Amino acid sequence: MSLNSGWTGNPLLKKRFVVLALCATGFFLLLVLRLWYLQIIRADHYRNLAERNRTRYIPIVAPRGGIYDRNGQLLADNRPAFDISVLRQEVDDPEALLNRLSVLLELDVEVLKERWQAGLRGPRFRPVPLARDVERPVLERVMENTVDLPGVLAEVRPVRSFPLGPLAPHLIGYLGEVTEEELRSQSFAHYQPGDFIGKSGLERGLESWLAGQDGERRVEVDVLGKTLRILRTQEPVSGHRVYLTLRADVQEAAQQAFGDRAGAAVVMDVRTGEILAMVSKPDFDPAQFARGLTSKEWQALQNDSRHPLQNKSLRGQYPPGSVFKIVTALAALKAGVATADTRVYCTGASKLGNHTFRCWKWEGHGVTDLKKALKESCDVWFYEVAQQLGIERLAATAREFGLGEELGFLLGGERKGLIPDRQWKRARFNAPWYHGETVIAAIGQGYVLTTPLQLASMMAAVANGGTVYRPQIVRRIENVEGRVVRSFQPQILQRHPVAPAHLKAVHEALWAVVNEPGGTAWQQRLPDLPYAGKTGTAQVARMGAVRRRESEIPYHLRDHALFTAFAPVGNPEIAVAVVVEHGSHGSSAAAPIARAIIARYFKLEQDRVPTPRTALPAPATAAGPPDGTDEVPGAEPPAAAEAAAPFTSTSE
Amino acid sequence: MFDRRLLTHFDWALLLVVLVIAALGVLNLVGVTASWSSSALPYYLKQIAWLGVGLIIVLIICSVDYRRLEHMAFPLYGITLLLLVLVLAVGHTSMGATRWLNLGFIKLQPSELAKVVIIITMACYFTRHDQPLPFSLRELAIPALLLALPTALIMKQPDLGTAMIVLAIGGTMALFAGIGTRTLLFLAATGLAGAGGGWFLLHDYQKQRILTFLNPEGDPLGAGYHIIQSKIAVGSGGFFGKGFMKGSQSQLSFLPERHTDFAFSVFAEEWGFWGCLVLLALFLLIVLWGLRSGRHAADRFGTFLAVGVTAMLFWHIVINLGMVIGLLPVVGVPLPLFSYGGTSMITTMIGVGMLLNVSMRRFKF
Repeated sequence: MSLNSGWTGNPLLKKRFVVLALCATGFFLLLVLRLWYLQIIRADHYRNLAERNRTRYIPIVAPRGGIYDRNGQLLADNRPAFDISVLRQEVDDPEALLNRLSVLLELDVEVLKERWQAGLRGPRFRPVPLARDVERPVLERVMENTVDLPGVLAEVRPVRSFPLGPLAPHLIGYLGEVTEEELRSQSFAHYQPGDFIGKSGLERGLESWLAGQDGERRVEVDVLGKTLRILRTQEPVSGHRVYLTLRADVQEAAQQAFGDRAGAAVVMDVRTGEILAMVSKPDFDPAQFARGLTSKEWQALQNDSRHPLQNKSLRGQYPPGSVFKIVTALAALKAGVATADTRVYCTGASKLGNHTFRCWKWEGHGVTDLKKALKESCDVWFYEVAQQLGIERLAATAREFGLGEELGFLLGGERKGLIPDRQWKRARFNAPWYHGETVIAAIGQGYVLTTPLQLASMMAAVANGGTVYRPQIVRRIENVEGRVVRSFQPQILQRHPVAPAHLKAVHEALWAVVNEPGGTAWQQRLPDLPYAGKTGTAQVARMGAVRRRESEIPYHLRDHALFTAFAPVGNPEIAVAVVVEHGSHGSSAAAPIARAIIARYFKLEQDRVPTPRTALPAPATAAGPPDGTDEVPGAEPPAAAEAAAPFTSTSE
Repeated sequence: MFDRRLLTHFDWALLLVVLVIAALGVLNLVGVTASWSSSALPYYLKQIAWLGVGLIIVLIICSVDYRRLEHMAFPLYGITLLLLVLVLAVGHTSMGATRWLNLGFIKLQPSELAKVVIIITMACYFTRHDQPLPFSLRELAIPALLLALPTALIMKQPDLGTAMIVLAIGGTMALFAGIGTRTLLFLAATGLAGAGGGWFLLHDYQKQRILTFLNPEGDPLGAGYHIIQSKIAVGSGGFFGKGFMKGSQSQLSFLPERHTDFAFSVFAEEWGFWGCLVLLALFLLIVLWGLRSGRHAADRFGTFLAVGVTAMLFWHIVINLGMVIGLLPVVGVPLPLFSYGGTSMITTMIGVGMLLNVSMRRFKF
């Protein structure tokens, strides 16, 4: 201080600093005295209060918005579910409590311990759920014993219920607990651990609309966790209502018609692109998800070789087989390499270079024109026409009908399928394109892959004369008060009008497939409603030259059965695409399903579902992925037989 | 240009105490927010980032001689007044109060700036009006006006806490400059009368807070909730505390704003009386150290600057702690260096920077 040459030698100033320092210290002493009073003298009193006077925030889960079909039929609703949970801070002896609860809940104590451990990783003030969605007797049993079960409480939570049963489970989707990973992402910023969110389908895609706003209740509770009084309640706001384009009755008919076979079906309004039904089989019961799956059940669903969790309408890629002949026919007409009168003599095979391409009918179709080629699905006619058409023009027409590309389905998850051309093959295999491959592509084999959604959309465009709509699934979204907050309009993706004469020729031929004796789907005709269609069989594996009976072929090697249709013929309203995995024949496995759908759509009396001819083998033998259709037939003749119906042998 | 003596005279002790308190604050924050599930960056990391920004500000302030501030005092004062008026005109409103100016990239809170600028302005005024005799009532008119303008504008926002702090800083500095006994008595009398009259000027929620403070049990679920819960937290801590992250009051989320204004009640619950004593001792050390810097400053401006900054820190500490332990009404004043929040951290570190600046240039050269 002696070093300091400053001005502060002033004694008056010195005095003021002393006063300031004393004042400051005085204030601090006051604070210390107060702390002494609170923390030492009154400590017991406040400790008591802290123990006794506990406030808790209880979240009230908002009911999710309902999902309705186009006519207002409720597909996904809410019902109350009771969960038995335990408040961690109330439990002194978890071991004893869990033992006691295991008796009351009739659950294995190890399972309870597992859930308890899982709950310990969550926030400490959040109740640990031990049993979700318990039955009423169990609930009552537990609640009668709460006096000696400190910290145990029952929570009500809305869960999904499905008034019409498991309709379109893939489309509607299921819920699951939000994962830690999701919580870290921006779109789930306001979610809490333990919240349920949509994990698939519409539940996921429309999560922000359906979720609603959770409420909260502030309650004062005693040491035992019993609510003393409610301090404040903020009511939850339920989510928006979603109205789909789906028609519940058509969806139901389609699902029923499948029986226990695997595959997919899509029904589309040809005038708007609205989806009326979307089936993927085998499916799952969303009510099971609402109850909560055990890990064993989840494993079983995940490991099922027939992929029940996958929406095959969007994600299943199948060679379209003879269904693709519609595209080939239209491409040939458009290019002028064929007309409706182009005649080919089918001997049962066609030669190209060194290779022989066989027709499915060994004895041949004889003189065949366009109509007969489609009606009886003659391969040779298309082999001959395709050689003049070439792959580039065929691929271009296929793309004009929306094949080989995503269609912009609202919920995403679409596969693109594949329409091969020279450029693609160069890029993929670094190899030139061969004529033989054009021939194979013309009958929908080889590299060509399509999804059931694409096939329905393609058939819709064939029906309406060349307009591809964006597949529409949601019509409108309403808020709780019923005000429309968002509505969806039909959207045209592309329009390549087909010349009227070409359209007429193809429509007539497709009509004949169903409505003339000798047509491959004649057995599945509806006398009251003439509809048009095309059968298809997609080869899964080459069987060689030896013909085997279907029942001798292992399930996973059997061909896929396809059928696409539109109805009614004169003034088309709907298009249908059906794929039955390993169904063997389009005419016998897939066409009856389409028929049942059409019958239900037009509310015809006779929508009896014909019993499937092919019974499903035991699941144990069904190994390998069902959509393992990558096998390329190459230049060998497709051994796939089609339409074993007795009428196929009768000539016109 | 750089004088090595500046480095040898740097007040490392003050900086050390500041860092120790900030570290305790971060530790406390870790405990409070541990159970919060947040997708964003954890609070304690943000707080450490703010501390880092604060240290850079300290460095910048220390590198410029504080005496240059004297010439900038009145322009700064003018700008601050302008910003305060702007806030009222076009400010950003949140939770019923208009306190922020949205500059697009950052939200500026001019009332925080006002705390620092009033220190500089008053220091400048009292430096230029040096007199042996205590100030009389008439001589105090100008500093009173200098103080009244920003205070009134801040009251209008309304931000009672900050207005009180600004008033307390100015008052402390005026007292230090010297006020006669009779003048003081007169001011105290008018002050009391004014408080009575001012009651009618207060907003309803401000009146409510004062009433609640006088009788918190009258409204245990509403406005009294903060005070009751905070007192329970502090009191139930006892002598030894419940242990780090073991406070039931704070961990069970009974305490509102327990990471910001009520951070000290969490600390008191978990560390008990002895922990509070240590923290209070550290805060007192800062205050006394700040006064020491003023006492040894090279000139009158430096002294007033140091006294002003110390007053700012002191009143923040006393008002916040008084509020948390139920001695003062809830006014929303953070505990410097300890409460979570960037604004408070920046203002505090500007003050610390000015103290260090005065201290390291205590020898005339």
